[in-house]
Amino acid sequence: MPERITLTINGRWCEALEGTTVAAAIMNAGAACRASATGELRGPLCGMGICFECRAIVNGKPHQRTCQMLCEAGMEVNTQ
Amino acid sequence: MAAVACAAEGGRHVAVVDDNFTLGGQIWRGKDTPLKTAEVWRARVAAANVVRIQGARVFAQPAPGVLRAEQNGSYVDIAYEKLILATGARERFLPFPGWTLPNVAGAGGLQALVKNGLFVEGKRIVVAGSGPLLLAVAAYLKRHKAKVLAICEQAPLSRLLKFATSIVTDKEKLLQAVVYKSQTLSAPFHTGCWPVSAQGKERLESVTLRKGNRTWTIACDYLACGFHLVPNTEVPELLGCRLLDGKVAVDEWQQTSILDIYCAGEPTGVGGVELALVEGQIAGYAAAGLPDNARSLFAERARRRKFAQKLEEAFALDSALKELPQDDTVICRCEDVSYLTLKDEPSWRAAKLHTRCGMGPCQGRICGAATEFLFGWNAGSVRPPIFPATLSCLEAIPELLELQETR
Repeated sequence: MPERITLTINGRWCEALEGTTVAAAIMNAGAACRASATGELRGPLCGMGICFECRAIVNGKPHQRTCQMLCEAGMEVNTQ
Repeated sequence: MAAVACAAEGGRHVAVVDDNFTLGGQIWRGKDTPLKTAEVWRARVAAANVVRIQGARVFAQPAPGVLRAEQNGSYVDIAYEKLILATGARERFLPFPGWTLPNVAGAGGLQALVKNGLFVEGKRIVVAGSGPLLLAVAAYLKRHKAKVLAICEQAPLSRLLKFATSIVTDKEKLLQAVVYKSQTLSAPFHTGCWPVSAQGKERLESVTLRKGNRTWTIACDYLACGFHLVPNTEVPELLGCRLLDGKVAVDEWQQTSILDIYCAGEPTGVGGVELALVEGQIAGYAAAGLPDNARSLFAERARRRKFAQKLEEAFALDSALKELPQDDTVICRCEDVSYLTLKDEPSWRAAKLHTRCGMGPCQGRICGAATEFLFGWNAGSVRPPIFPATLSCLEAIPELLELQETR
């Protein structure tokens, strides 16, 4: 039985199964990862760490490539 | 993984440097890939006592025979006698109005996200673009209980039929195709068809497709859209390896134009996982000084390379796709540079200097392939850092610290 992890996304508590990346958790929550240079909301595109559209603030640090990060208990994720 | 296993089994001391958190690249992403082949190779690597450096991105070559990679905010220098590059490929994204909406992802991109926990059960998904990946992704999504509403391949039916008949003799590929097709029978499969726009307010809500003179709009939750693959050649280029037609040039031993640097898999020509595995084995054996083992795989490689050539021919991109962007369509997503701003620039370099296109975090990995197709621009040489590196990592570098102190 995969472990369930709780983390916050834009202040709301969300649950993710073990092995879920932060990017997938953000998408599951219906949130966006970042706002672009002209303010467009953006989400993951390439899913493999090269497009940087999945950048979000994780535990206070911005520009984290969330598709290359696994969810951890108590993580605080915010749209950047 | 194939290169690692073969080199280690040949008695060499082997380390693998990987940006991902676990081995397997994109094709075997996700810890529970049930494929037998993946399990076999995982077991061989596990048994091989290899040094694994995960979550590390190569960004510079500080000295011959040394690679520098960022890991956890600092850097690690890896010295090597022989180097095997297996940097894989990325999807080609072509811009169209609405392609930047959240929930528009690549075809392989959406699959990677699902492998890493994205829920798609009951979600309405359109799969579009080009290449055999589309069918594989659609079948995968269906197995995960998504509603695949349409599969849209830009290549015309005539070329696909030609491709299909040419692989009839390749039993493995044929079986794979038949399996994917049977798994996706309920989803309409359109050829000569592509998305002309995506709509939605905060996220994707619908996609408009065109086939010939007909256009129609489908309400959906995700669009998985990618136009075949392009090799990741940044690290080979950084090291000075010669490229031919955008692919890393290698000899029969998978050795590049630089002595002791080998390259295997998609960077030498996109050809799928079986070809990559064979090339990886050849590179591993050759680098480990076991030429006979390597030579025994030459025939299989030649056979599989033929498939790669057929792929390229079958899925060549329709020039009508160049007309998709409107003036206000974003081309460079990192810097929000529009088609209107770019279309009169004479070259990649001019566009970069005048508009910042290609200067963002992706360093042209996304917009480079798009502008090459749209305008025929050549992205030119790479310069370190070839991947964004944090200040904390760069600050830790002794040579840079020395420079600071002498001011």
